[in-house]
Amino acid sequence: MAAPAPPHGVAAQAPGTRLARAREVASSVPDPELPMVTVAELGILRKVTLTDEHVEVTITPTYLGCPALHEIASDTRRRLHEAGFPDVTVQVRLAPPWTSDAITAEGRRKLAAAGIAPPRPASTGPVPLLLGRRGTVPCPRCGSPDTAQLAAFGATPCTALHRCRGCGEPFESVKDL
Amino acid sequence: MDNDVWADNTSQHWAYGTGFTDPFQDIDLRSPAADAPQLALRCLMLGDDALIYSHRLQQWVTRLPELEEETALANVALDLLGQARLLLSRAGHVAGGDEDRLAFFRSEHEFRNVRLVERADGDFAELVARLLVFSTWRLALLDRLQSSADPALAAIAAKGVKELTYHREYAAGWVVRLGDGTAASKARMQAGLEATWPFVDELFRPDAVLADVPDPLADLAVLRSDVDAIIDTVLGTATLDRPQRPAATGVGGRTGRDGVHTEDLGPILAELQSVARAHPDGVW
Repeated sequence: MAAPAPPHGVAAQAPGTRLARAREVASSVPDPELPMVTVAELGILRKVTLTDEHVEVTITPTYLGCPALHEIASDTRRRLHEAGFPDVTVQVRLAPPWTSDAITAEGRRKLAAAGIAPPRPASTGPVPLLLGRRGTVPCPRCGSPDTAQLAAFGATPCTALHRCRGCGEPFESVKDL
Repeated sequence: MDNDVWADNTSQHWAYGTGFTDPFQDIDLRSPAADAPQLALRCLMLGDDALIYSHRLQQWVTRLPELEEETALANVALDLLGQARLLLSRAGHVAGGDEDRLAFFRSEHEFRNVRLVERADGDFAELVARLLVFSTWRLALLDRLQSSADPALAAIAAKGVKELTYHREYAAGWVVRLGDGTAASKARMQAGLEATWPFVDELFRPDAVLADVPDPLADLAVLRSDVDAIIDTVLGTATLDRPQRPAATGVGGRTGRDGVHTEDLGPILAELQSVARAHPDGVW
């Protein structure tokens, strides 16, 4: 694996600055399915550490079968290599499990701006059977609460499909998990 | 640059083996308790349930009545495949072997899944009847296994609970819609339940999975009543009757968990395993 040479001067930076730079790069990786938000904003990025010149990035899956995780890992490595960190490993951690509550305020704003309704607070404790009593998701375009769920599962594991009766537009939402 | 994708992964083997980093590396696995064989068996059982059922659901893709159902069931199958991979990986970790070896190179009698997941669905009503039973049962089971003595199994269970909540909600929604629908949809929904019911009792036999809770036998009764309560709520809302069907017998009392299966398992395995067995050294 031939990593590109570090940009001029990068390797000479102080360790604290190097770590900050590695964190900045790892945080900037976009989600492959929801490219308007970064992995940091989605709460998938757990940790970035720098030991000597070795960068270790820890990520967590949204869903166990989510194929995007692999893309995220390779994109993270590529970006760090390009930023002058040739020695990178990406770890996957399961515990504690990802929750949609981990999406940051900025992430929620960006999702809504892109027409994807951000998740509502996830429920905790014993799991109730809802039989459709979850209530509707407000439309991210016009704000109308008069919406209907079209499908509980969307094009990616973490989204569902809805339509708005106010503006007539279909939209996706990130599932509460 | 493409080669770089696989650079720090050891498993360059098989379909999704490529680039799958070890998800357990953060978890202390040094001494998988004294009952390692039991833990491996437990993971194998739960992993086989998910693997075989995932494959059954995948067989519906391109045959479902609407695009939304295609997406939904492909998602459910993908979630279960994700669970299967981790559970089989963990079983391999403890007892030797890896997920691909376990998925592709075992024969029928070595599979430990419950027989419920094997059958080919006759129609969409059968599909949602079985999905309701399976997801309700598995959700209740994984909910308990979140406190497993094995940290890897506990972590998988914690993720699985979140996924299964959506599966159960989806299945329940359809059972209500069909049951409380037209006379024709109601009759078919009831028939779907009847076809599923002989395999329900087997879910509540004491086995290695249930042995992982503090008081297995007492909890088995609670598990069953928890699952029954949810299913009864759904059937009541759907104006359907709980079937009264005798349990499908095993052979000399042995059933899926003992490696004794219905004739439906063979064809699934033939499909699932044929590529891996035809190209045992394949890498991509």
